[in-house]
Amino acid sequence: MPHVRLDEVTKVFRPRSRRDSPVTAVDRVSLDIERGEVFAVIGYSGAGKSTLVRLINGLEPVTSGVVEIDGVPISALPARALRRQQQGIGMIFQRFHLLRSRTVAKNVAYPLEVVGTPRAEREARVAELLEFVGLAQKAAAYPEQLSGGQQQRVGIARALAAKPSLLLADEATSALDPETTAEVLDLLGRVNRELGVTVVVITHEMEVVAQVADRVAVMDAGRVVEHGSTYEVFTAPQTPTAQRFVRTVVRALPEGEELAALRAAHEGRFFTISFSDAGASEARVFGALARAGVDFNLVHGGVDDIRGRVYGLLTIAVRGPEEAVAAALAQVGPGVQITETGR
Amino acid sequence: MSELLEIAPELAVQTGIMLQIVGLGMLIGGAGGLVVGTGLYVTRHGGILAQPVLFWLLNLVVNTFRPIPFIIFMAAIQPLARLVVGTGIGNPAAIFAISLAATFGIARIVEQNLVSVDPGVIEAARAMGAGPWRIIRTVVLPEALGPLVLGYTFAVIAVVDMSAVAGLLGGTGLGNYAITYGYRQFDDLITWSALVVIVVIVQLVQLLGNVLARRVLRR
Repeated sequence: MPHVRLDEVTKVFRPRSRRDSPVTAVDRVSLDIERGEVFAVIGYSGAGKSTLVRLINGLEPVTSGVVEIDGVPISALPARALRRQQQGIGMIFQRFHLLRSRTVAKNVAYPLEVVGTPRAEREARVAELLEFVGLAQKAAAYPEQLSGGQQQRVGIARALAAKPSLLLADEATSALDPETTAEVLDLLGRVNRELGVTVVVITHEMEVVAQVADRVAVMDAGRVVEHGSTYEVFTAPQTPTAQRFVRTVVRALPEGEELAALRAAHEGRFFTISFSDAGASEARVFGALARAGVDFNLVHGGVDDIRGRVYGLLTIAVRGPEEAVAAALAQVGPGVQITETGR
Repeated sequence: MSELLEIAPELAVQTGIMLQIVGLGMLIGGAGGLVVGTGLYVTRHGGILAQPVLFWLLNLVVNTFRPIPFIIFMAAIQPLARLVVGTGIGNPAAIFAISLAATFGIARIVEQNLVSVDPGVIEAARAMGAGPWRIIRTVVLPEALGPLVLGYTFAVIAVVDMSAVAGLLGGTGLGNYAITYGYRQFDDLITWSALVVIVVIVQLVQLLGNVLARRVLRR
């Protein structure tokens, strides 16, 4: 049984005034999120991903469709039963949403108060959590005395307090600088690996997906237009939306003016090398060309690390006898694809 | 100087009465305002217990009674005072009228301050499975405590103002003392002494409010 199952889930917001029309924020979305995975939902703002995550923990009621968590249809529960389910789901937010009236320790204790944990147990658990997120010294501080990254770590400690099996992160790193983002993502990774918590990450940043997600769903205009393993989506994006996102991190093939400029600067034929297998690398291609005595230049591209797997897209300019080039390229083993870039 | 000494005992007695009227008015009106103001906040559109009809009703009541000048309100409310506190005159009737008027005034102050609480923290509490009453008690009111303290300080001073016209219903206190014995009998010393005492009390209340608010807000 999947940990989270969405079946034809739709959310329509009724218009504020009569002149406006209803907004379909989430449109017939079906997804399975497996226990113990890190699942990312990526989309531009307004794509419906924040609404989607609020349907998962019942903050928003669905218009139609079913949301199940561990087989429990959360979208059909009455208020009191829903609250009990919500106590088993942690959530963190872009703007942290810590209580300003409470110290760090009291913020982390809040969900434990909600579930009715006795005081002594509460204090022990809070200490343990602050230790886990590395903020034990800040227990008595107030949120405004912490940096953004520290506040988000408090948010994570708070979200984990009631020992949830599912953690929802709504743009959790969007308000943070790149370095702090990496710290928070590391922590989310630890939450997933060390505590076995299923993590759902909502983001508009492809780097975030590349760093933490096992699988990713791409949302556009309320629909999930594409989903699959992060590596699959990165190396072979099918839809224009996915391709646009992938291009933000993986350098795509040169086109149009960029290609013309490259051609002006480099002589010879242009080839594009793409390699996406564990054993493959650009070195094999370069070695083969060098052995054949063919002169080449790397003119465009890059190599990326996606969830520990290498993916590269390189364009080279090659000068030399046609047969030698063909022979050299023929020697390159599996996992590497070479295509001549059109003129 | 000797004249001042002469009026001092009475001044002290009337100050005590005023403090009593203001204190009770604030206690009852403050509690009433908190309830009605919180009611307005939770029942409004998008509130944690959104109830459009109830909100409309509460809003109508507050909007109807709050703008009435207190001196007229107090006279008009006399029959109700007779019903509730058993008498339409004297300090009990004045306290009754003040409590009621303060409830409506404070309700708006409370509502305004609660509205300014970040909806994000309320959503966070909802995500943790907290119910509406818990959210009001442990999130909304504590998060708004600083501005609420300042709002109540403002209300105390408004209630001091109201207490000055208690004499209309045969009530007593500093305001009545200043009008009846000072102004009407051309005794400037009494008028000015009462005024000075009121100013000093108001200053002290404001100071206390500021200190408390600063402590709550940590700035």
